[in-house]
Amino acid sequence: MRALRVVLAVLVVMFLVAPLLVVAIVSINPSRYMDFPPGGFSLHWYGQIWADTGWRSAIERSLIIATAGAALAVAIALPMAYVLRAYRVRLTPLLYGLGILPFMLPPVISALGAQVFWNGVNHIGRIENVIVAHGIFFSTLPLITISLAMDTLDPALPEAAQTMGANPRKTFRTVTFPLLVPSMITGYAAAFVLSLNEYIIAFLVAGFSVETLPIKIFNSLRYGFTPTIAAVTVVFIGLATSVFSLFALFGNLLRFLGADPAVLERQR
Amino acid sequence: MSGRRRPSVRSYLVLAFPVGMLAIFFLTPFLMMVAASFYRRISGGFYEPGFELASYTRLFSGLFVERALFSIWVSLVAAAACVTLAFPFTYFLTQMRRRPHVVLLVLVMSALSLSEVIVGFSWSVVLGRAAGISNILVWLGLMGEAQPYQPGFIAVLLGLSYIAFPYCILTLYPQLSRLDREVSEAAQTLGASPWRTFRTVVIPIMRPTIMAAFLLVFVFTLGSYLIAAILGRPEHWTLSVFISDQASFNANVPFASAMAMVLTVLSLGLVGMVLLIESKTRRAE
Repeated sequence: MRALRVVLAVLVVMFLVAPLLVVAIVSINPSRYMDFPPGGFSLHWYGQIWADTGWRSAIERSLIIATAGAALAVAIALPMAYVLRAYRVRLTPLLYGLGILPFMLPPVISALGAQVFWNGVNHIGRIENVIVAHGIFFSTLPLITISLAMDTLDPALPEAAQTMGANPRKTFRTVTFPLLVPSMITGYAAAFVLSLNEYIIAFLVAGFSVETLPIKIFNSLRYGFTPTIAAVTVVFIGLATSVFSLFALFGNLLRFLGADPAVLERQR
Repeated sequence: MSGRRRPSVRSYLVLAFPVGMLAIFFLTPFLMMVAASFYRRISGGFYEPGFELASYTRLFSGLFVERALFSIWVSLVAAAACVTLAFPFTYFLTQMRRRPHVVLLVLVMSALSLSEVIVGFSWSVVLGRAAGISNILVWLGLMGEAQPYQPGFIAVLLGLSYIAFPYCILTLYPQLSRLDREVSEAAQTLGASPWRTFRTVVIPIMRPTIMAAFLLVFVFTLGSYLIAAILGRPEHWTLSVFISDQASFNANVPFASAMAMVLTVLSLGLVGMVLLIESKTRRAE
């Protein structure tokens, strides 16, 4: 069993890492074609990401969409998670279900719906369409993280504030909100990273006029390989890994993923 | 928070923004898509309001049924492969010490956040002829000449499993980490080997969780788009590829909407099954 454990862990890590490793090797190859073994070492293709205006503006566009889209997602999730958890609202399961639904359905559904919608209101191919579509689709993530935080919030704290004369608004602003900030950051980060990587919604909503980074990568793949794709891929992997490492260092990654607090205590 | 207060008018006002946003930008588009599936397609890639079932009757023509069955088949295989591998892995993971535990989870989350286009591209390199597995084998002298393994069915399956595997781990993780350690300890005290404990105690207890994870991964792979587009030939296209292809390049929104309805019903049915399993488990507890 012990041997099996090690073998399985090694196999899984290899499966997850192997393709990324191969791409990393391709990205430092000075030649413009894929070779194995690589013909040398060069960071030329990394410089190319910034030097080539096509790649640079795709990155800028993706960053704008992810920054604004994730902010919208949190803005939608925070009031919903707070009110549904703090008050006995009728229809709570239905409303919570509405918040979860976009993310539960395959993204192509949201994508096609948004395409039909923006065509219908004759507002086609704008970057704000993508921002709104991402904000809605990814709002499920902060909704879950903030709801989890509300569940573990000590009810004595807001109650104490109220007893001492704070009205509900002031209680929320000075007690509840600061306690929810970590879960908002976690939800924002998750929505940000996924928005940065999202393809099908961005493509169907405004793919022919707003070329995001994933769309740019896919389009370049169609016209054949350039090593810049590999370099961009490595940068993205680095970005994702650092976001989640920070998460693990400063936030409680295991708790966020749903681990039992008692078990975590035992493993410390 | 346990003691929930009675909602005031103000709390409903606060709720108005998120519910309004979801109503305008999710429910309305969805209903417009439902309506569009009955619209009439006119030449030049446009459509006009109307009520006809042409797009739905077209669903029964050969190609759609073929695509739908292929999507379901490849998603089923990928989901089964993921759960088979992810369940023991996650079980071991929850028993690890904290440091390797966190490191592996960071790796899993990073893999989860990778764009499908990046995963598709990476596997196309790995399985390609220029710098992939077969080149390593040639380089080691184990193979005569490099060979491409993509595009093809195996490539699509590997790609799908890759994007679904981290997702599968994350759906299994909460329940497995809550698994009562005393149960398996009791089995081992009574003389069962770790392997026997895993097979006769852990798996039966976790059967509903395994089933729920399998269905969720199935929905997830069913919705994947780029993997099949990059690593497959047209005969390996999944429903999502077919839908967006009809909506963009073939400019047939009514037909795309009708297919999207089928995908919605299929996914909702699977999610409904997951909820049913979960409520049953909760009642059993």
